[in-house]
Amino acid sequence: MEKFTNVSGVAAPMPLVNIDTDMIIPKQFLKTIKRSGLGVNLFDEMRYNQDGSEISEFVLNQAAYRNAEIIIAGENFGCGSSREHAPWALKDFGISVVISESFADIFYSNCFKNGILPIKLSKEAIEVLMDDASKGENARISIDLEEQTVSATDGTIFKFEVDAFKKHCLLNGLDDIGLTYQKIESVDQFEKKQAKITPWL
Amino acid sequence: MSAPKTLYDKIWDAHVAHEADDGTCLLYIDRHLVHEVTSPQAFEGLRMAGRNVRAPNKTIAVPDHNVPTTEDRVKGIDNEESRIQVDALDANAKEFGIHYYPVSDVRQGIVHIVGPEQGWTLPGMTVVCGDSHTATHGAFGSLAHGIGTSEVEHVLATQTLIQKKSKNMKVEITGALRPGVTAKDITMNVIGKTGTAGGTGYVIEYCGQAIEDLSMEGRMTVCNMAIEGGARAGLIAPDQKTFDYCYGRPNAPKGSDWDLALSNWKELYTDENAYFDLTITIKGEDIAPSVTWGTSPEDVLPIDAVVPSPDDFKGGKVDAVKRALDYMGLEPGQKLSDVEIDTVFIGSCTNGRIEDLRAAAEILKGQKIKDGMRAMVVPGSGLVRAQAEEEGLAQIFIDAGFEWRMAGCSMCLAMNPDQLAPEERCAATSNRNFEGRQGRGGRTHLLSPAMAAAAAVTGKLTDIRTFVGVA
Repeated sequence: MEKFTNVSGVAAPMPLVNIDTDMIIPKQFLKTIKRSGLGVNLFDEMRYNQDGSEISEFVLNQAAYRNAEIIIAGENFGCGSSREHAPWALKDFGISVVISESFADIFYSNCFKNGILPIKLSKEAIEVLMDDASKGENARISIDLEEQTVSATDGTIFKFEVDAFKKHCLLNGLDDIGLTYQKIESVDQFEKKQAKITPWL
Repeated sequence: MSAPKTLYDKIWDAHVAHEADDGTCLLYIDRHLVHEVTSPQAFEGLRMAGRNVRAPNKTIAVPDHNVPTTEDRVKGIDNEESRIQVDALDANAKEFGIHYYPVSDVRQGIVHIVGPEQGWTLPGMTVVCGDSHTATHGAFGSLAHGIGTSEVEHVLATQTLIQKKSKNMKVEITGALRPGVTAKDITMNVIGKTGTAGGTGYVIEYCGQAIEDLSMEGRMTVCNMAIEGGARAGLIAPDQKTFDYCYGRPNAPKGSDWDLALSNWKELYTDENAYFDLTITIKGEDIAPSVTWGTSPEDVLPIDAVVPSPDDFKGGKVDAVKRALDYMGLEPGQKLSDVEIDTVFIGSCTNGRIEDLRAAAEILKGQKIKDGMRAMVVPGSGLVRAQAEEEGLAQIFIDAGFEWRMAGCSMCLAMNPDQLAPEERCAATSNRNFEGRQGRGGRTHLLSPAMAAAAAVTGKLTDIRTFVGVA
């Protein structure tokens, strides 16, 4: 995984609540056996008409947001299916930060495995950032993961919480499996113990 | 004496293989269920890194999302991408030596129906799958939840997950249910009360008289939709019904192992005075036969209610409701029981088990579906299908005008040929009414199998309590 670096860029406002993973990447694009190339289908049914033409009102089709790196979203972003295709599609489009009041559990976890930082902030902070985001290219939002801050366009700084281990992995681009292999002896021991206590497993 | 523990605490504690100072744990996984959609990239990752599957004997694969449910599927899958995904699972199962039920096997079906049916799911276990409806298996008192593909790869390679413990939530359904009210109505009403994000950060334990009274099939329906309430997992303490269900299943313990397992499973309950971070209580008698009207599972109301107005809501939900009503083609104030239906889908990991088919068939005896109605029953597994045929249920469905299908996820998520057309309105026993879930522009109303069957006969959403048939 690539190391996560600080982001400063345009943020797309998506105030709708409960944006689910079927919206982020509809089921017909789950048939791939690769992780790449899904960006073009991100938010497919909100973004394109049935004939494939763009729906001009959709935020990511507007000139200001075509290269957005950040999404400011309504609460409970990423609810629904466990499909990792959702963060794959976001990342492939170029999104590396999603900011919302709340995220669905599995989606939240999937983001960190793919170099995307999901940031939870208060309702008040989201209102400021949503307002910034609606100003398009004129408003830049900056994220510093090391410092755990989001800077609004006028310089207001919002601190955010992130799990220390997840932050460490994201900043250093660490592979989870490699890290777990370093502790694999504890798994060996666990299996030996379990074989005695619950041999039917 | 140690502090009283919840059921979740007990299962969690029994599976921590390593705990770091910050509370990050390696949680050992007893069963890893795999399907074709969320696994190809994980197996590819193993190959690229030269890694192996650590515990192939604890890993079970079955194709379900992409498989067609028509009988001619034995000739192969027409859609090239679907075929490639199923072929990839075939090849990966062989290469890595994991248990596998191919499309041609009578035991094939939806992974969450096959797991319990084959005795892979047992009380006290940890169960994961690259699918959010893994919560289903919590009905056995096992800690079961969905994971992403990176985590699928992690479990394949290490048989563990990197996890932090969730909080405990108790959802108690007291007393008895009223006639016509089912497990589906319970689980939808819980989501209606908590909202789709209400369970975020929690593992839910469902308890109370109404839960104890449910069959194992009903309990699986309740736990299945824990994820729609945002919870990591749903749990129900195992009891004699659970043990009876497990006994004699192909992969359940036998002989002295059974006795040992049983004594272990009888300890799987929440201790008196154990701490829950949140408790929700619903009276069983307050739950009505219910149906969804919007595009989120929290958009649920009793069947005798009317479509709400955006003005009834606050905050971001106002715009979401406007959008949902527009998408669903509904007007505020419209009676739900007046909403006309084009299609009925009975099946899915929520309601594709034998008891669900029995409940629907009971309604359909001697009835015919409305002219022009498209109605299908998709058993959750080949074995459910076989049993339904043996019990004469299949014939009832066929006589009523339903299509009798082969096992698979089918129209629950439309990754296969079973899909809705734009604006086609469907009464579905599945779990998600999201925009486009059953096909682009398709309109989904979630409900119980009996309510779905009644809707097929009358041609509209129907109150099962007043349904008298048409014949």
